[in-house]
Order: sequence, then C-alpha cells, then structure tokens
Amino acid sequence: MNRLANRYRNILDFALSSLFRRKGKNLSLLAIYTLIVFALASLMLFVSAMKREAAVILKGAPSMVVQKMAVGRHDLIPLRYAAEIGAIRGVGEVMPRLWGYYYDSLIGANYTFMVSASLADYPEDIIIGNGIARLRNLAEGDIMPFNAPDKSPILFNVRRVMSHESELAAADLILISEKGFRTLFNFPTGYATDLALTISNPKEVAIIAAKIADRFPDTRPIPRSEILRTYDSIFDWRGGMMIVMLSSAVFSFIIFAWDKATGLSAEERKEIGILKSIGWETSDVLLLKFWEGVVISLSAFLMGVIIAYCHVFFFSASLFEHALKGWAVLYPRFRLVPAIDPYELAILFFLTVVPYTTSTIIPSWRAATADPDTAMRS
Amino acid sequence: MIELSHVTKTFNVGRSSIFTAVEDVSLVIHSGRLTILKGPSGSGKTTLMTLIGCMARPTSGRIWLRGFDQSYTGDLGTPEEVETSGLPERFLTEIRRRTFGFIFQQFNLVRGITVLENVMLPAYPSGESHGAFRRRALELLEMFDISRHAASRVDWLSGGEMQRVAIARALINDPGIIIADEPTAHLDTKLSREFMEIIGSFKSSGKTILIASHDPIVFESPLADTVVEMRDGRITGTAGIP
Amino acid sequence: MRQSTLFLTFTAMNILLFSLLMLHARTKPAGALAIQSSCAELVKELLLTDLCLFTEARYTRNPAMADLHSPFQDHPLSLEHFPSGSLVMPPAVIRRGYEPSR
Repeated sequence: MNRLANRYRNILDFALSSLFRRKGKNLSLLAIYTLIVFALASLMLFVSAMKREAAVILKGAPSMVVQKMAVGRHDLIPLRYAAEIGAIRGVGEVMPRLWGYYYDSLIGANYTFMVSASLADYPEDIIIGNGIARLRNLAEGDIMPFNAPDKSPILFNVRRVMSHESELAAADLILISEKGFRTLFNFPTGYATDLALTISNPKEVAIIAAKIADRFPDTRPIPRSEILRTYDSIFDWRGGMMIVMLSSAVFSFIIFAWDKATGLSAEERKEIGILKSIGWETSDVLLLKFWEGVVISLSAFLMGVIIAYCHVFFFSASLFEHALKGWAVLYPRFRLVPAIDPYELAILFFLTVVPYTTSTIIPSWRAATADPDTAMRS
Repeated sequence: MIELSHVTKTFNVGRSSIFTAVEDVSLVIHSGRLTILKGPSGSGKTTLMTLIGCMARPTSGRIWLRGFDQSYTGDLGTPEEVETSGLPERFLTEIRRRTFGFIFQQFNLVRGITVLENVMLPAYPSGESHGAFRRRALELLEMFDISRHAASRVDWLSGGEMQRVAIARALINDPGIIIADEPTAHLDTKLSREFMEIIGSFKSSGKTILIASHDPIVFESPLADTVVEMRDGRITGTAGIP
Repeated sequence: MRQSTLFLTFTAMNILLFSLLMLHARTKPAGALAIQSSCAELVKELLLTDLCLFTEARYTRNPAMADLHSPFQDHPLSLEHFPSGSLVMPPAVIRRGYEPSR
C-alpha cells in the first residue's frame, strides 16, 4: 500500500516538473480553463438559485388570475365577471387587481403601478419601491410628478419607501390608491386589469379553470401552477443567450481537448522513449499523463467553482447584471439564498476533468506501449 | 552470468523490408567481468545489448539470467535462474529496472529538468520512498564529482559532465549489470580514460559490465576480460576468457 | 519542498474551501433569507405574480401574465428588441396554445 502511494506520488512529482518546464503555457492554460469553469458554474449556480428563489417567493401568489383576452391581446376585464366567478363553487374571494405600466421618459425607466387597499384613504400618496428611490434619489416626503394620458402633469406625495429587502419583488413598484390610479391612467370605471381568486382546495383549480373558460370564453384563467412553471423555465437552456453561452463553453472544452488529442510532438515522443528505456513501464507512462491531465483540470474545476460560488452568492452575480439588465434602467438589488444542485455539479466535474484527462492520455498510448529498444537507437 | 543460446532477432517480419540484426548468437557473459562487443556500426551490437538487457525479446533462441538477486521473482521458478526471453512485459520491466543499468550512446537525459531529477528518474515507479533514493542520488553525484551541478539543468553541462550524469543514473537502482553503448563516442582521450577508470571501480565492486565499442581505448584496455567480435549480426571471434 | 507536496497541499486547501462553501450553502445566510421572506410577504399582501427581475418590457416584467402576441411584438420575424426576451421563455400556457391541436 505504501509502495503504491509512493509510486503515485513520485510520478506526480515528475508530472509537475514536466508541466513547470513550460510554465507560461501551462499557467495560461490553467487560467483560461478556470475562467471557463467559472463562467459555466456561475451560470449554473445563479440559475438554480434564482429558480429556487422564485419558487419560494411566489408560493403565496394568487391561486388563480383571470385575464380577459381580445384579439389575442390582454384586455381589461369587466367587473361584472367577478360576481359570477365568485359564485362558482370552490372559489373563495375574487379580488380585482388594478395595475399597469408607466414609462418615465425622464430617465427611460419602466415602473409598475399597483392599486393597494392600504392607500384607499390617501388618494394623493404613493408608496414607491426601493429601486425607484435609488434611481431617482427620492425619499419619504418627496413629490413625484407623472404625466396623465393627456400629458397634463399630476403630482403625488411619496408616503413611504419600501424596504431594500423587497427589491426582488418590488423594486419598480408604485403603490397607489384606486382613485389616484383611475385618474392617472384615465382608467374606465367598471373594469379591472385582471381578477385574482383564492381557491382553498388546490385539487379543484383545474375544474374551476375549465368552468370559467367555459362560461367566459374570452377569458384566460392562469392557475398558480402555471405562474410557478413560468419561473421554472425562466433561464431555460433553449433560450437565446443561454445557448450562446453554453455552446461557447462546450466549444472551448472541445478546443482544449483537441489541442491535446492531436498527437504528441517529436520531443514528447522522444521523452517517453527515454522513460521506457530507463525502466518505466507502459502503466507508469500512462499514469504520468493521467497526472498531467488531472493537475490542470482538477485545479481548474475547484478554483472555478469556488470563485463562481463567491461571485453568485457573495456578489449577487454582478457580472451577469449587464446581460440581465438589457435596455432596462432599473435593476433590483438582491442577495440569493445559496442553493446547490449536486447533480449539476457532478456533471460539470465530469465535463471538466474527464475529456481533458482522456485527451492527455490517449495520444501518448502509442508511444507508451512502444518497445524501449527504440530509445537505444535514436 | 548471462547465457544466450541461438538468439536471433529479425525486424519487419512478413514485410519486404525484413532485416535480421542478430543471427544465431550463442554467448556466455560471466558475472563480475568486463565483456566488450567490438565491431563496425550495423554489426548488431546495439540490438544484442537490448536483448540481453531485457529491452526487447528475441525472435528465436533463449536467454537466461543466472545467479543474480531476484528475490521478487519467487513465483517464476528457482530464484537463481530466469529465462528472460519468455517473460511477459510486467516481469521483464521489473528485472530490467533492478538488474540492469544502461548508459546510452546519446546519453538520453531528459532535457529541461535538473541533474538530480534525471538521476532519480529510474527509481520513481519503483514505489521506493522519495527520501531514500534522493539520498542515493546525491551520493552518486558526489561519487562522480558533479554534486555542484545537482540543481542545474542538464542542458547546461559539458559532454563529459553529461556522461557522468548518465552513469550516475544507470546506478540509481544499484544494478548488478551495467550495459554501455559506445560510451566514449563523444569524449576526448582524457575523458575516455577517466571513463575506463570508473569502469574499473565498478568491476572491483563486483558488477558485471558489458560495453559495445569500436574505440581502442575501450577494447584494448587491460580491464577487458573478454572481447567478442561481431559482423553482420554474427559473432566472428572471441578473445580473452571464453 | 517537493513539488507534489505543494500541489497536494494546494488541492487540499481548495477542497477544504469547497467543502466550507457547501456547508455555507446549507446554513442559509440570514441576510438572504430576510430578502426572501420580505418579498414573499409582499407577494401575499399585494397579490403579486412575478419577480421584478427584468424591467425592460412588459412581457419580461410579468412573464407569467404575458399574452400571446407580446413576445412577437410588431412582426413575427422581428428580432428580439429586448435582451431579456432571449432569456425568458414564453409561459407554458402560451407554448401549449401554439402546439398543433390533436
């Protein structure tokens, strides 16, 4: 057992000194490889954590939301639908939701306005999300102007700024009273944006959805399960940018492996010949190549994942911010709860270590199995 | 001793470029003696040495090793005698590593690593502890007066120094038999004589030595016990102790 | 010092760090948890249906509420205006609507 350990360690020594001989090349190889693992691992960790976050946060979303459709587009829903829907067995409350988007041309940001019952007695007040407060440098007591559809300005008083912890759900939210909402948007009375339902028995959701769709064929009932499923596939690998990132990574792995696999240089071949002539067996030479591959790929994997973890969970994946932000001006501040999928990590490990190590070993096979007497002749 | 019986080595069997390097050689190499293989290039000296040194297997004929410490081969038959021509590679390599030390014509040192590491290399796969063979390597460097180069790259040494590194490397596993192929080819007269002195010291410590050379400093040396002449793969004459 | 010692120490340190981070993941830091609970509360209180991750376009701001045509904007062949649109898949409801009826 000790002999075996010694043998492994001694050959590792030589593998390391071989790698150090071309220090520049191997160090930059390691750096680039680590970078690729970092990018992939960051992506993986971020997506898993974000999906998990969505699942937890949206667990309390309405049991069902009923939208009205017209000409394939989302239309305002008449409030009289609410009474009939409320009468369906199994439906608890029907709460009309009033919400919409507002484009702030001053800074180019989109806000989401939402009517909140808590402001019913304060028609001149609004509660703004922390993201807006950050962006526009606003605080409690400030005045915020908006433009009505006829371009006339309307002023609202900032009653409160929402907590900075709530940014992931409410960074761009502006809570407003119903009166204020209808005035600002010239919103017709008798209508709402959509209806939120509470259904206590989850098993009845499908039946109720069917009944609603049957009774009001111009509506689209959206159960909570669909809402959650949207976020399950949010960063699906089939999405545009994801495919670009993933295929770049796969191509990089292939290029690395290819560089190794396209045969040995004459110098490397000669060196293997020398090793065989001084008493190294085929298995010793292969072990040497194995170590060369493992040293680089294992180090790249460990370092890449460690840095990726820190990037995603200590720095909120700040490198992805630009990609996620896109044209938006407002981007929420948040910290993700760490969630690791060991299965995905294992796949990344195999992808990182196995092809690279294999393509280090295989080209040496021929030279490793050659008879040592060729070294005598050279 | 090493006994060869009707040993033949043919390359490229079955192809048009078939070539017999060694033909029907029968020879006995006595332990503790210096045997020289003399002959022009192409006479089969190198091939014969690779066969004796367990680097390749003969096409036909047999080779025995007798009377050497082979405690590891307990399951191969009597500890005193081993027929190397019939062994699988695994055992052959073990024997080669422990019994033989090779000094190549071109030195065959690994470039880019230190002298010390070059000398230790043959011991790496043996499973011995690093500390043990490192000590031995340093002693050998001391013995050949190249200790000061221990941490230098071999590329920076002179021809004579490189040869001493090659000799030290051949001795790292304390082999019983030394095989050298044209060792004085790249050396001047002074260094060649120094080399023969080192060979003399090996002989005094009981090692068996086999040298292939067409250098008179070697084959006319008084240390030589047997001189075997070869031509075109055959033995054409033997002088000294048969 | 032997090179293998250096490497093995380096790797051992990495593995240690790696394990510590895995442990960190299990213990769920308080700061991040506070964010989660704060957001969850708001969702319940205000009847929200989406995270505020992409504020670029209406169908990425509320992907769960997106209607059939907004991902296709003005023209079926028009390139995606908004980068986040290439990150967000249309909700399952819509995708099913586009499947051929059997």
